[in-house]
Amino acid sequence: MENRIEQIEAEALASLSNASDMEQIKSLSVKYLGRKGLVTLFLRNISELPVEERPEAGKQANITKKRLEAVFEEAAKRMAAGLSDNSGAIDVTLPGRPAAQGSLHPITTTTRRICSIFARMGFDIAEGPEVESDYYNFEALNIPKNHPARDMQDTFYVSENIVLRTHTSPIQVHVMEQNAPPIRIVAPGKVYRCDSDLTHTPMFHQVEGLLVDEAVSFGDLKGILESLAHQIFDEHIRLRFRPSFFPFTEPSAEVDILCVMCRGKGCKVCSQTGWLEVMGCGMVHPAVFENVGYNTRKYSGFAFGMGVERLAMLKYGINDLRMFFESDQRFLRQF
Amino acid sequence: MKISTQWLNQYVSVGIPVSELADKLTMAGLEVEGAVKRYGYLESVLVGSITEIRKHPNADHLKLCDVNIGDRSILVVCGAPNARKGMKAPCALPGTFLPAGRAIQKTTIRDIPSEGMLCSEAELSLGPDASGLMVLDPQLAEGLPLIEALHLTDTILEIGLTPNRPDCLSFIGIAREVSAIVHQPLKFPEIKMPQASGRIDELTSVTIQNPDLCPRYAARLITGVTVAPSPFWLQDRLLSVDLKPINNIVDVTNFVMMEMGQPLHAFDFDQLAENRIVVRTAGHNETFTTLDGKERRMADETLMICDGQRPVAVAGVMGGQNSEIQKITTRVLLESACFNPVSIRKTAKHLGLNTDASHRFERGVDPAGTVIALNRAAQLIVELAGGVLVDGIIDAHPVPTPVRRIDLSITDTNRRLGTMLDQPEIIRCLESVEFQVTARDSEILTATVPSFRVDVSRPEDLMEEVARLWGYNNIQTTIPKISPATRPISRAIEIKDKIRDRMAGYGFSESISYSFISKNACDLLNLPENDERRKLLHVLNPISEDHAVMRTSLLPGLLTAMHYNLSRQSRNLKIFELGKIFIGRGQDQQPEEIETLAGLWTGMRFDQTWHGKPISCDFYDIKGILENLLASLEITGLSYSPMPAPSCHYTRPGHTAQIICNGVPAGLIGETAPAVLASFDAKQPAFIFELNVSTLISLPSGAKMFAPIPKFPSTGRDITLIVDNHIQASDIINKAKSLQENLPEKWMEHISILDVYSGQPIPPGKKSISLRITYRSFTETLADQMVNRIHHQLTGGIIQEFNAALPA
Repeated sequence: MENRIEQIEAEALASLSNASDMEQIKSLSVKYLGRKGLVTLFLRNISELPVEERPEAGKQANITKKRLEAVFEEAAKRMAAGLSDNSGAIDVTLPGRPAAQGSLHPITTTTRRICSIFARMGFDIAEGPEVESDYYNFEALNIPKNHPARDMQDTFYVSENIVLRTHTSPIQVHVMEQNAPPIRIVAPGKVYRCDSDLTHTPMFHQVEGLLVDEAVSFGDLKGILESLAHQIFDEHIRLRFRPSFFPFTEPSAEVDILCVMCRGKGCKVCSQTGWLEVMGCGMVHPAVFENVGYNTRKYSGFAFGMGVERLAMLKYGINDLRMFFESDQRFLRQF
Repeated sequence: MKISTQWLNQYVSVGIPVSELADKLTMAGLEVEGAVKRYGYLESVLVGSITEIRKHPNADHLKLCDVNIGDRSILVVCGAPNARKGMKAPCALPGTFLPAGRAIQKTTIRDIPSEGMLCSEAELSLGPDASGLMVLDPQLAEGLPLIEALHLTDTILEIGLTPNRPDCLSFIGIAREVSAIVHQPLKFPEIKMPQASGRIDELTSVTIQNPDLCPRYAARLITGVTVAPSPFWLQDRLLSVDLKPINNIVDVTNFVMMEMGQPLHAFDFDQLAENRIVVRTAGHNETFTTLDGKERRMADETLMICDGQRPVAVAGVMGGQNSEIQKITTRVLLESACFNPVSIRKTAKHLGLNTDASHRFERGVDPAGTVIALNRAAQLIVELAGGVLVDGIIDAHPVPTPVRRIDLSITDTNRRLGTMLDQPEIIRCLESVEFQVTARDSEILTATVPSFRVDVSRPEDLMEEVARLWGYNNIQTTIPKISPATRPISRAIEIKDKIRDRMAGYGFSESISYSFISKNACDLLNLPENDERRKLLHVLNPISEDHAVMRTSLLPGLLTAMHYNLSRQSRNLKIFELGKIFIGRGQDQQPEEIETLAGLWTGMRFDQTWHGKPISCDFYDIKGILENLLASLEITGLSYSPMPAPSCHYTRPGHTAQIICNGVPAGLIGETAPAVLASFDAKQPAFIFELNVSTLISLPSGAKMFAPIPKFPSTGRDITLIVDNHIQASDIINKAKSLQENLPEKWMEHISILDVYSGQPIPPGKKSISLRITYRSFTETLADQMVNRIHHQLTGGIIQEFNAALPA
């Protein structure tokens, strides 16, 4: 007897799942739950059972009836809302129509990243000419003619007094000539050096930075650059400042970071030293301030510069410098 | 600069491992770029003991030796006369490369196999003796590597010196830094002048005609020398730093230069006409044969060392062949001088000669070291080449070097560095590298700069000394207090950023190509002779002919990129570049730098997918990009007009539009001319545009204003007109707009092109254009008859203007 009510329920559910329109749902509802429906009949016939079985059978049949009523009601609701029509199903695993998807050059993304870090620290972005006079590229930066410091950069000449800028530092001078302190700028741009081999391209990109204010210290310079390195790489990256020489800063330093590839153990990328040279920096030389008419007693400042290609190579693991300028779509579209 | 640590130990007890020394030097500003074990080539040379010795069966002068090399015994064929049973000698195993270029391998000598080589000290470059095997201490254990047995620990450091530190271009200079780092005293070589006779001023004289170029010239004379090869120790020293031994006189001058940093020159005194020295500038067009045998033409201002009649050396750069030390030389005039750095640098550059001497002089040599180095060299020459020192010294010193004293404020130092160093600490730092410091009061120090520190002239220079000796990494990291004011971001940067973002959003990849292009790029673009873009800026020293001029167009870069990608199976390409072009403005003028955007689209509109057949991109694809871009930049006053055929150079006439922005040409869009594509070996249709971004930047940026949302509905009317083929869409739209100008009701809100068609049933030479005009009033709902009235007026005007017909 109990078996039979379970059988009726199973049949009802199976039929319902094949119902494809409201009519079928309604007729099934009548077939099972109507006044002469199978469930109703079953309930009526309980009286024919032995007395001791009647209470339990009646209880079960009522539960089944309620359950089926709810299922039929839900099925009717879904059918009415159009949620039961599975006809004309499409292959949803086919790829969609692609939207246009271009890419920014890794030099652009890296430059922006650096500039935005400084922008958050209140630095403005400045730019300057790529073809510079000897004065702005060298002399104003305390690199006189016939000084051995000129050998530090192989210069492309356009005429005796006009060069392709060898660094973004001339932008410092332009900005200071046009603005009184305080100054806070970062200056990205292309630079040119007469050098072409596996690790040098004759054109590359730098970002220069300059901060001039009252009482700026070398410790402040360290703080800003440490913050930069932490934001570009990660907050655990270690820095080391090493005395160096740039004619336009005093004291001058090279900044090394602990090799991001081997974490200081020594590898090919860091030439086994465990360190990677990533920036040059220093306190602005008083001669540079004198050249732009700043009061060297009142103001001090720091400047720094970094090669964008180098940072991009470290950041993305690019192993060939020349790829930046070959415009190979298979390279460009990765960024 | 190369430094032998073993040689360095002569001047300071280093006392720390080489790796630590290298690290400390680097952190003091003398970057150690490499460290090479000098005796690395001896790695597989072991102490061998001859346990048995027999005659070679096939050769009288050869012996067969059983050599115990510790773990085994090997048979070595040996010809050394001093080989005997029981002796210990160095035994080179196969795989050893000796400095003379000799590779040791297993060989067979007269039918007997030899498994190694017993060596003389000369063969190992450890001494002069080539007469027989090097005799080793019998106490040494067999099989011990020779490097350990003889303590051959020398390491050659490669130090990358910055140009401000010429004082470190010598062993004593480096030793001075090491002394400050390891807190050990500097050991200066003791100079004992030998017995002298005669009087130098009776034998020779020095005349300086250009004291500005030669502030000091000192000389000594040695007679009766015997020119010969130098002793082994001296040759060894020079070889350790890659200097070639020549003879005992020249070697001493080089040794002293390496030791003290003062370049010296030795003349054969008997070759000096009138036995005297005159320092003067070169005569006009003077030629001179330098030591390397090359005849060179001097620039007029070149400083020359001359005798009574002719030049004998290029001052500070290289000596002359006519007065060099020869085997037969017996009297030597030794020169130790100071020259003007700029003059020497100019000469070295002019002659293309970078010598050890010029390298030092152009950076600055210690003016107080002139005579000390001279005496040191004279002493060594007498020791090594015999002869007698002539008594006295000539020290022509027309321009004495002033003593530099610099006042240093403790407060300023700490403020600049961000430190809190006290006075004794600062004094200690400076004194460790031989500054003499006196405290004027608790705040101001006076430092006397040592004469060799030509780089120090300002208080900031002293602060750097303090910082580097205190240690950059010991300076506390701080964050500057930043005053709040900032300027708004410049329009140029804003526009450039936006263009890049948009172009990437439209599916273009950003490319960056070199700013220099080939000289013939203008020819490849077919530019006429008078084109602006032929005003090229030439690089005087280009890396190659392909990179000889600054670009005046971005197209060569994009077309080169197209060729590059096509030849790598990438046939669908959408790329752009945003960068400067450089228009020359004449000799010695900076060029005009124009920010320019260029884009190129070639191949398919979309990559092939299951959604449909691929369609080739066309003119209207790239025009759509540009229209969207310019709209996003809120550029108004734009029009596109057909570029007349004679103005098209690298694009197809009839498929090229000029972009006009407020009446000014701002760029073009078009299909690349087939001939130009062929020149770049990029043979498939390519659509390009160029845009002068500097012009866009210079436009005033209009503040964006909100337009109210209309309250009343719009009504559309379509019309199809049949017009002559040459009538352009923009003509019709512009006419409609101008007609509306004369109407009281400005209801035409928008006019769009729905369709353009030519072919049957449209008569030849004609085309049909379908327009949809949308009408709307801001004050009322327009009734049909109101719209019809205006629509008739407008379309009637257009039909009349263009002699248009309506479709049948």
